[in-house]
Amino acid sequence: MIKETVTHAKPEGFFETFERRPGPIKKNMHYCPGCGHGILQKLIAEAIGDLKIKDKTIFISPVGCSVFSYYYFDCFGISVPHGRAPAVATGMARSNPDSIVISYQGDGDLAAIGFNNFIQAANRGENICVFFVNNAIYGMTGGQMAPTTLPGQKTATSPYGRSILNEGYPMKVSEMVAALDSPVYVERTALSTTSNIMKARKAVRKALCNTIDRKGFSMVEFLAGCPINLKMSASEINEFINTRMVSFFPLGCFKDIAEDRDPLKRSKGIYKAEKVRELLYPLKVDKGVSPDFRNKSEIFQKQRKIKLGGFGGQGVLSLGKMIATMGKLRNFNVSWLPSYGPEMRGGTANCSVIISRKKIGSPIIDKDCNLLIVLNQPSMNKFLPELKKNGVLIYDSTTIKKPDCGPDKKVYAVDASNIAKQIGSLKYANSVILGALSAVMDYNFLTPADQADFDRTFEEAIMDCFSDKETIIKLNIEAFYAGQKAVIDAYGKK
Amino acid sequence: MEHTNKMLLKGNEAVVYGALLAGCDSYFGYPITPASEIAHTAALLFPRLGRVFLQAESEIGAINMVLGAASTGRRTMTASSGLGISLKQEGISYLAGCNLPAVIIDIMRGGPGLGNIGPEQADYNQVVKGGGHGSYRCIVLAPASVQEMCDLTVLAFDLADKYRTPVYVAADGVIGQMMESLTLPEPRAGKLELPDWALDPGKDRNNLITSIFLKYDRLEEVNEALQEKYRLISKEEQRAEEYLTGDAELVLVAYGICARLAHSAVEQLREKGVKAGMIRPVTLFPFPVDAIRQAKKNAKLFISVELSCGQMIDDVKLALDCAVPVKLINRMGGNIPSIDEIVEKSLAALNELKGDNE
Repeated sequence: MIKETVTHAKPEGFFETFERRPGPIKKNMHYCPGCGHGILQKLIAEAIGDLKIKDKTIFISPVGCSVFSYYYFDCFGISVPHGRAPAVATGMARSNPDSIVISYQGDGDLAAIGFNNFIQAANRGENICVFFVNNAIYGMTGGQMAPTTLPGQKTATSPYGRSILNEGYPMKVSEMVAALDSPVYVERTALSTTSNIMKARKAVRKALCNTIDRKGFSMVEFLAGCPINLKMSASEINEFINTRMVSFFPLGCFKDIAEDRDPLKRSKGIYKAEKVRELLYPLKVDKGVSPDFRNKSEIFQKQRKIKLGGFGGQGVLSLGKMIATMGKLRNFNVSWLPSYGPEMRGGTANCSVIISRKKIGSPIIDKDCNLLIVLNQPSMNKFLPELKKNGVLIYDSTTIKKPDCGPDKKVYAVDASNIAKQIGSLKYANSVILGALSAVMDYNFLTPADQADFDRTFEEAIMDCFSDKETIIKLNIEAFYAGQKAVIDAYGKK
Repeated sequence: MEHTNKMLLKGNEAVVYGALLAGCDSYFGYPITPASEIAHTAALLFPRLGRVFLQAESEIGAINMVLGAASTGRRTMTASSGLGISLKQEGISYLAGCNLPAVIIDIMRGGPGLGNIGPEQADYNQVVKGGGHGSYRCIVLAPASVQEMCDLTVLAFDLADKYRTPVYVAADGVIGQMMESLTLPEPRAGKLELPDWALDPGKDRNNLITSIFLKYDRLEEVNEALQEKYRLISKEEQRAEEYLTGDAELVLVAYGICARLAHSAVEQLREKGVKAGMIRPVTLFPFPVDAIRQAKKNAKLFISVELSCGQMIDDVKLALDCAVPVKLINRMGGNIPSIDEIVEKSLAALNELKGDNE
């Protein structure tokens, strides 16, 4: 444990001389007489030295008078945007759990502009140490009202005194943080009398020890003075803290449960190329074709545009994805473009799929569609005009009436929803449609060898999409062949 | 079981694969359409590799977590869409001012204000011209395919480290949402060495990262150094795809989804006997000035094709010193011009030009 002796030398956590400070003064701090920062920073520097953590401490300087803390601390330093220190600290502590990250913040920084970043870091239980200096005023900016300014207190922006009707009551940060489950240690101390300062000294060390032991989030609030902006002498300041501030901000420990908590565990990143490949690259499901396989059927020598439309939830997008997956498995270039947004949650959804040997230009289909698959009436009305001459239309005849289109279109009706329901669920309708497509392809476009491959490709695509769900794979395959049979039954064999 | 490097992925998903294969250590983000799949995929895959995924409390929280992670010398990223990028700008200015590498993905949607979730390219100015306060630039990469969403994310991390600067990957909603087949690149071999400047145990504890410089002359020096870096980047890192520009009298300039459309439009214009070509900026900053100037040789007309009011067109004009007329074909609000529309408007612009010259 730490020795409880107070030395009067320069704390070990400070530089020997403050060379980073511009100007001729290299031995003193820039803080005003009576300011709390000087006292607190000395306590912290002392603790950093005694705990021997100089080489792994990152001190985050906020915006405010303590923005220049890096002049003094002999450890890693960074200055960050106003109020954001707990978010920055989160990034650091997550990146390297061995770092001891100190988020040093004032009342404007922590309780006003940065309160959300602060309270959320507390609530996540980040393994960081927050030292919160509450002096009831904005210091560096010139004495404006802070969230912790006392009722009636005059500041540059509350010249008639803080009104609780206009600005509300002072913010009780320690009480709020202590109400959360995650933080392990919350204490409010004061940098006024010697006995208070000694308590603050202990609190600093306790918070840092918690961080070292990876116990999670610790915060110490320090009531402090700002003689210049409060327009008081150093002795008046102590009186102000001990009576007026303390009446709103009672001192004491609000929470101390570090002993009950296990040290936080953080995972170690995996970077070995071999292992990364194994974890990230998908398993090869297709037993089928070599990389230079090229389908011989005439139909695939040109780019093919496929449009699919239906109600959101009917699986139109995954039907498109399945077709695209089949294309990918047979070495085509494919693109799949969904309509995205609110219509996916209730309205009509559609997607465009393009399959091509060549590089695909625009993935958007707005005309000259080769194959149109529709599962609801609005999509039929909307997309039928985009179907090219000699194009193929497949639609769900359970829900859609026979379209009125000329003889230049090849039209196939499939009772997809009903067939799917018989198999077990409407969600198999898209596999029924794909089975129908297989039969249609057989009639019109495919060589016998390619026809057999089409069905095999479907089965591989199903496995590609649902690799770990055997029942789903089985039922989808059943739906596929049911759809194929329905078309053959209705339109006869080839 | 055998593994394969062939996948069918959304652009947004491909970004995450690229990031992990490039050795990205952490992801911090806030959900927003149409970029959310990036967060979904990162939430799934970063922990699988023992790396950090954290949903931040806000866009501002996310970029500042990135600032923290970047300062420890590790590869880190965030992703959002226009509105979220607006919120991140202060943090991005800090990253630039502190010379910190980081990767920011912007999947652009319709604006201004809440706009809609349709695709736009109207973040051009806010990502290419600086965006936040102060004289800084970010490298901006503009993918036009799912393969490039992956590959340019890898490049983004390399450039960010090389120049110690934040790098954007900026894509419209279409490129983010569409799926294409892609080939995954090889994973980076092993863990990256932390740079000497990192705030990390084991490095020099005197390491300090700051962007506050009280003395005017000192801050001017810091700014000069940044500008020198941007000059170097402009010289070394311009990237563009050229298509039939050699003899082109009409040059379409387009990036992202517009480049895919323009490519098809050029083919149709050629069929109609127009000597058309295309330049696709792959880097928006640095803007591919050299490629544009090269294409000026035979060109009578340039047309900037954009999903915005015309933001990139300024850079096209600057690259040409306004020596060749530059017209705009654009749509806004989530709309995308059809290929026919681009062809017709291009022909009309050419005719108008002839009229002017007669």
